[in-house]
Amino acid sequence: MSTATHTRQAPEDDLALVPAKPRIGDKVFTGLSTGAGIAIFVILAAVALFLIAQAFPALTSTPEMLQSRGYGPFWSWVAPFAFGTVYSAFWALVFAVPVAIGIALFISHYAPRRLASGLGYVIDLLAAVPSVVYGLWGANTFAAALQPLHAWLATYLGWFPLFTPPASGTGRSMLTTSLVLAVMILPIITSLCREVFLQTPKLHEEAALALGATRWEMICMAVFPFARAGIVSAVMLGLGRALGETMAVAMVLSGAGVIKFDIIGQQNPNTIAATIALNFPDASGLRINQLIAGGLILFVITLAVNMLARWIVRRRAAFSGAN
Amino acid sequence: MSKRIEAKNLDIFYGDFKAVEGVSMIIEPRAVTAFIGPSGCGKSTFLRSLNRMHEVIPGASVKGELLLDGEDLYAPAVDPVNVRRQIGMVFQRPNPFPTMSIKENVLAGLKLNNKRISAAEADEVAEEALRGANLWEEVKNRLDLPGSGLSGGQQQRLCIARAIAMRPSVLLMDEPCSALDPISTLAIEDLIGTLKNDYTIVIVTHNMQQAARVSDTTAFFNIAGTGQPGHLIEMDDTKTIFTTPNEKATEDYITGRFG
Repeated sequence: MSTATHTRQAPEDDLALVPAKPRIGDKVFTGLSTGAGIAIFVILAAVALFLIAQAFPALTSTPEMLQSRGYGPFWSWVAPFAFGTVYSAFWALVFAVPVAIGIALFISHYAPRRLASGLGYVIDLLAAVPSVVYGLWGANTFAAALQPLHAWLATYLGWFPLFTPPASGTGRSMLTTSLVLAVMILPIITSLCREVFLQTPKLHEEAALALGATRWEMICMAVFPFARAGIVSAVMLGLGRALGETMAVAMVLSGAGVIKFDIIGQQNPNTIAATIALNFPDASGLRINQLIAGGLILFVITLAVNMLARWIVRRRAAFSGAN
Repeated sequence: MSKRIEAKNLDIFYGDFKAVEGVSMIIEPRAVTAFIGPSGCGKSTFLRSLNRMHEVIPGASVKGELLLDGEDLYAPAVDPVNVRRQIGMVFQRPNPFPTMSIKENVLAGLKLNNKRISAAEADEVAEEALRGANLWEEVKNRLDLPGSGLSGGQQQRLCIARAIAMRPSVLLMDEPCSALDPISTLAIEDLIGTLKNDYTIVIVTHNMQQAARVSDTTAFFNIAGTGQPGHLIEMDDTKTIFTTPNEKATEDYITGRFG
């Protein structure tokens, strides 16, 4: 009450009468963050525009024009590479995701604290290895080491469509490439999953434990459902990297323009990114447009994958625990 | 169904730190026992040791004996998981599983037991538990909606339904109303009054009026100072504790002289 009387007597204290001071810090920060937000759109639009503009000649040229230069029609040229891109990324995910989730869970819920932080550090270190190093290692060491496995698979499991003989003699197959890719995407999936797992509310974990859940049941009941959206985003980021990975695939995979489901053979579908890298140095004219059009296809694939992921996450938003 | 708990000279440790020392008490079945005392006095720790939930914190251990109808809960052969399936718990803040529907929440504990139950049976169990928690009328038309859409008080009753769906022999409540508004609190207190016909109920509360309202027996815990272990100061009929306590510390606490 006394304050109210006081305000009435001394109008210079009235909130409305004191002019608001311009807050420089606020303005600068608002400007910076808005600018950063806009920059993302501008960059994305610029990339898309460049791709479309440069790909246009290849997309619109008649098959005859391309054939006269010995390239074949665009869509049948790009199809195997698009397939190879998705196929290699798919296998990389198949290999990497269970391992990544396993490591993340071990770090967040099983390992003693000291071991956990050390292990987390090592995993993050894997992400710091340049992809050209993975390429060298994959092509020179890992492929040779895996070759006997290829031979074994072809001999004993050759009836299975994935392992149709003859096996690759060098080991530079889809299998080896996907495994190298898996190692490359492991760190990002692991560290994101670990962060999400660690954020599981103690309340929910205790709710499960108090009902008599074992540790694994608690993880299935409280941790995984809570982390679902996070796991999907982590996997999508990994997938994005696997789809776009260029150097390692170009060096490891002995690829060609074929569509084959066999993962241990001599002839493997190459990826779009690797094809661009391998052919760009001595490309000219329409060939360049064709390669860029390939890049446009890769762009579209990545975009589609991301939208699919968002849709998956949003489908059960009411049950996400965000409310 | 309802069982008696007996603690004999129980010490509770977190690593080397002794959190609670020398508690001996008997918790009678089909009655409500309230634990009161200032913050940090070990009442919650003691409550959590009753179903071995305190072991969730690495390095936690106990010394002494804790008997559930004569069976030692800390015998080497006893699996804490089985203890928790027999002794249900309700927490300070309502914690329904956010990714599950109301019905799935109620049945969550049963699913853990890997009991194969038919859909009709599951519906029956869910209805019984929700009726038992006095929530059925409010949620019967939205059993498949997420539990997190309910109000705080409803969520807490959902958690009680989830606990009693397991048909536990004891129900532990760790400040179950401290995050709720007065009307929801009243609903939970009424519910506790009904539940004691079937269960042994132990409730930790900061609210002395609540202890006086709902409990038959009250135990007062206290600590000598920070870093010291908590002790059970006295335990008696709730009426006696709130009218003619034996100990000076109890009287000081219930009359609001400290705490």
